[in-house]
Amino acid sequence: MTPPALASGAAINAGDTAWMLVATAMVLLMTPALGLFYAGLVRSKNTLNTFMMSIAALAVATVTWAAVGYSLAFDRGNGFVGGLGYAFLHGVAFAPRTGTHIPHLLFFAFQATFCIVTTALVSGAVVERMRFAPFLVFAALWSVCVYAVLAHWAFGGGWLQAHGTLDFAGGVPVEMGSGFSALAAALVVGARKDYGRQALLPHNAVYVLLGAGLLWFGWFGFNGGSGFSTGHSSVLAFTNTLLTPACTLVAWFALDLLRGRRVTAIGAATAIIVGCVGITPAAGYISPAWAMALGVVAALPSYAIILWRPRTRVDETLDVLAAHGTAGLTGILFIGFFAQMSWNGVSNGLLYGDAAQLGRQALAALAGPVYAFLATFVLLRLIGLLMPLRASEHEEAVGMDIIQHGEEAYASGEGAILVSTEVGLDATPSVTSR
Amino acid sequence: MKLVVAIVRPEKVNDVLEALYRAEVRGISMSRVQGHGGELDRVETYRGTTVKMGLSEKVRFEVAVSDAFVQPTIDALCAGARTGEVGDGKIFVMELERAVRIRTGETDEGAVTPLRK
Repeated sequence: MTPPALASGAAINAGDTAWMLVATAMVLLMTPALGLFYAGLVRSKNTLNTFMMSIAALAVATVTWAAVGYSLAFDRGNGFVGGLGYAFLHGVAFAPRTGTHIPHLLFFAFQATFCIVTTALVSGAVVERMRFAPFLVFAALWSVCVYAVLAHWAFGGGWLQAHGTLDFAGGVPVEMGSGFSALAAALVVGARKDYGRQALLPHNAVYVLLGAGLLWFGWFGFNGGSGFSTGHSSVLAFTNTLLTPACTLVAWFALDLLRGRRVTAIGAATAIIVGCVGITPAAGYISPAWAMALGVVAALPSYAIILWRPRTRVDETLDVLAAHGTAGLTGILFIGFFAQMSWNGVSNGLLYGDAAQLGRQALAALAGPVYAFLATFVLLRLIGLLMPLRASEHEEAVGMDIIQHGEEAYASGEGAILVSTEVGLDATPSVTSR
Repeated sequence: MKLVVAIVRPEKVNDVLEALYRAEVRGISMSRVQGHGGELDRVETYRGTTVKMGLSEKVRFEVAVSDAFVQPTIDALCAGARTGEVGDGKIFVMELERAVRIRTGETDEGAVTPLRK
């Protein structure tokens, strides 16, 4: 992110604005893409519920972001959290956002799409057993209490940014924020009833691959837009978003071959995500060659955790910690070693003469996860006091689609008797499946 | 020698398999079927269209057993499939005329698994 101090009082740039309009739409697409990715990874009876958690983030996180989240993240405040000056978009209009040449309103919209997709990411930890209503409450509160705070630290002039931590597109708030929150959420909500007893397999690998592909597409807007311009850092970030995930894919293929002699499709989809996440914080700061190296480096810890986690009792169902938390942490630290002033014009890493940058990165790699984990843990415990977080065992067995939504992803229509086609004619009381 | 057919809830399939395995009943077939057994209809809504789902997803087990294994099989099926709510399913036991193990050509009691109790 460009420090807010740069280029104040500048005019709107048409090229930058055009690109950021497109980039914002691309990042918005990442949320339904994530829904598809997650939906393919669960059992068929939970397809809709899993997808709906991402759709819920589109609804809830947009509203909270416009109400207070954006202001808490990007208004001047203290080092920990921003002020309320921009609450309900007060004063957010067409004048350029400080440090950019794009309208403030567009800057808000672009940042909103980040908050949305990050909120949706956390749902991967609790799918197949968390009730929908408490998830809505959780999404609303999490997007404000966790995401907005971490975004302020890293992008909004908070203490990490002031300290010189480099985070191009959200290694701290988005990737580590979602990953370590997911771990806390999995611990509070608890494992699925059949976890560790039965094989709980992905029901549609094609959804998973298509979702991952669409996420990668959206990530060009995510990273390429995080320079808020059409300048060098944006072009570098954009290209690195191509290179790193490709190298992660190759590395993942090699690891799959070494371990099982077969390259797996769901592994490939996971590799795309891990690569995109790894380059997210580093995208505008490291050379294309180092971005390719990062692709390989990021694969290793995530691959190891994905193998190890299912042997534990922690049902962090869709491995948000491994794919996002761990890969984001790898990317954040990687900047500390390989950032290159000649490419980014901001700072050097250890290898290019500035060892202190590694320290600043390590600080973020410690503080981000700790806050995300603790805040999410407390938040979910509090919501749990007000309403049950989980569906009953019977409901979990029947599936969340029928229980929570009264719909099926793959309804055959056989044996369906028409009750009414207009609202108000339905005289039949709603009954759940028995 | 009997053929035991059981219609059970899909969400109890794993419990049934586990119970059959514990009872040492080997050699089963299962298929997904749709049926109606007097349980309450489930109401679903798709946009403006509200429908009563008259048929429920069920799973049909077929187990061919020697006479000594009929009761243990029934017990296992009941233990695995029962929730106490309407819609738990049915078990039908019928006479089995012949059975042949294709691999060896063994017939009847020698062809169903397990052989004896």
